Amino acid sequence: MNDRISEKLSILADAAKYDVSCSSSGSKRENVNKGLGNAAGGMGICHAYTEDGRCVSLLKILLTNYCIFNCAYCVSRSSNDVKRAAFTVDEVVELTINFYRRNYIEGLFLSSGIFKNADYTMERLVLIAKKLRTEHNFHGYIHLKAIPGASNELMRQAGLYADRLSVNVEMPTEQSLQLLAPEKNRQDMLQPMHYLKTQILQHQEEKKTSRHLPLFAPAGQSTQMVIGATPENDMQVLLMANYFYKKMQLKRVYYSGYVPISNDNRLPAIGTPVPMIRENRLYQADWLMRFYGFAAGELVAPDHPHLDMDIDPKLSWALRNLHVFPLDVNKADVELIMRVPGIGVGSAHKIVAARRFNLLTHDHLQKIGIAYNRAKYFITCKGPGTLVKDYTPLQIKQQILAMQHSKYQPNFSPQLTLF
Amino acid sequence: MHTLVFDGSFQGLLSAVFTVFEYKLQQVQLVTPQQPLPLFGNRQEVITHTAQAQRVWNGLLRYISPEARQQLYKAFLSEQDTMPQILLTYMQYAFAQQAAVEKNFSHPAVLAVHQTAQKVHREKHRMEAFVRFHLTKDQLYYAVVEPDFNVLPLISEHFEKRYADQQWMIYDARRKYGIYYDLTTVTAIEMDFNTSLQQGRNIAAAYDEKEEQYQHLWQQYFAHVNIAARKNTALHIRHMPLRYWKYLPEKQPAR
Repeated sequence: MNDRISEKLSILADAAKYDVSCSSSGSKRENVNKGLGNAAGGMGICHAYTEDGRCVSLLKILLTNYCIFNCAYCVSRSSNDVKRAAFTVDEVVELTINFYRRNYIEGLFLSSGIFKNADYTMERLVLIAKKLRTEHNFHGYIHLKAIPGASNELMRQAGLYADRLSVNVEMPTEQSLQLLAPEKNRQDMLQPMHYLKTQILQHQEEKKTSRHLPLFAPAGQSTQMVIGATPENDMQVLLMANYFYKKMQLKRVYYSGYVPISNDNRLPAIGTPVPMIRENRLYQADWLMRFYGFAAGELVAPDHPHLDMDIDPKLSWALRNLHVFPLDVNKADVELIMRVPGIGVGSAHKIVAARRFNLLTHDHLQKIGIAYNRAKYFITCKGPGTLVKDYTPLQIKQQILAMQHSKYQPNFSPQLTLF
Repeated sequence: MHTLVFDGSFQGLLSAVFTVFEYKLQQVQLVTPQQPLPLFGNRQEVITHTAQAQRVWNGLLRYISPEARQQLYKAFLSEQDTMPQILLTYMQYAFAQQAAVEKNFSHPAVLAVHQTAQKVHREKHRMEAFVRFHLTKDQLYYAVVEPDFNVLPLISEHFEKRYADQQWMIYDARRKYGIYYDLTTVTAIEMDFNTSLQQGRNIAAAYDEKEEQYQHLWQQYFAHVNIAARKNTALHIRHMPLRYWKYLPEKQPAR
């Protein structure tokens, strides 16, 4: 019996690990009536890290890896010769509770292959969340994968029990999706996303007048797309992400560098390196859009549709816009200071707070904790130590590159050519 | 030069600050009985006085925010030898300026307190992550940790809110005390625990019959979420420093 659970866990954790989302933050679920768990902290907690360095904060598993679909990029696709398994509802509930009680996890991330049809599968996911909430008084974090094509009523119930819902768009463009997952279509994915968005907004409206309304997906929606399996450029990817943030009001878009897992002539061959730098650059760009006030069009544009591989997107933007610099840190707006390479959101706010007491010198800046060796090309401050010379963008770039040593240096070559 | 000897507690430190203001002392050095005394100058014992400490503590709120005040406590929990002196400087500066000095990151004491509090906060967050409970035969969820800083007072509320329906105890093996929740309240318990239990030996004797199974499942899960094609040991260790491994079941060899 235990061996069987252990085997299922191995298979179904293995199959779920390519889902990137591991966020467990941003919910508002408080422990009530001396129940178990609390997801109200605001900050999520990563309880462990895999040997590849990704965070483990949720028990991330598939309910089953049986699947009627045959998407080329997916390990669980129907034509793939892998061991299959399925958990029962109670097994998932027991695992979640027992892992949570030992403080291994923040909660559950439950996805699934599609058995029979969307509704049949979604119904089981919802049942697990419902059992946890109603029978076990569980207030930990639950992230459910919304199955495209499931009925609105099931989506609504999922929203009542889960903290976050996500529908993966899988591919950045419709053409790629058609190529690799001909049985799926874009509209099936956007429809539930749109439905959930409307429900979440409506719920927020009603919350204003009625205090005792139950929660509805308090941590919002997210999605993910696979990067590097198909020929899209970073501009297409980031514009897609921008669409999700602006039009669908998603909380997060995740980018998953394609890990070659199958021999399929539509895809990069097994052994092709995972595009880790590119993935990292996309996350950096995403971060700049969400927290630094950058527009997608400032980071990528038709004349430079790819993010630079050798430098991060903020430095890259600064070098293309040297006319904005140097900034006087004792005078400039905080929004502009945040745009200086080497100064983050936190340091920018510290600078603005501290300069009300003293004119800041480079010594102060260093102690506050900015990356001064980077920032020095773009700022002026009080006293000596500022470096305002007429460097060209290339000179600055080379000087900064000379200071850093990346073990990924060999990977800095442009995107892999696949087709 | 005045040397004030306080008992090393936070209340004691605040009492010492009270004394400094009460007697308008200049050039003060704070030491604990464990530290060597300077050879010259006046030496005075500070008696820890809850009411005086409270006056200083409340007084701070006239100028600095509650969050900034909490930073002072966090910095104190770093147990760094230099911290009492820095905290005194900070408080003297706050009371002298009568302003929200916590944002003056160009002031050495303010910056030091801010940065140390940040470090302690990080350790607090890690302890919220890396506590691993083991269920004992008498249904107590028991964990051992060895944090770099004295963070049990800071994590107590987190665990109380999270595990309201189970009895638990978190024991700091370095500082030889723990916090215990009995389904009603959390209390601090001092004791010298038998550490052989902590290493996970003798598991069958002390632990619930299901305990080994769940540790095994967790190890299994941990092994299978890894993507071998993305192996990145440096990143792994940066996030999960080696010093925490001995109490993490997922980093123990599979039994």
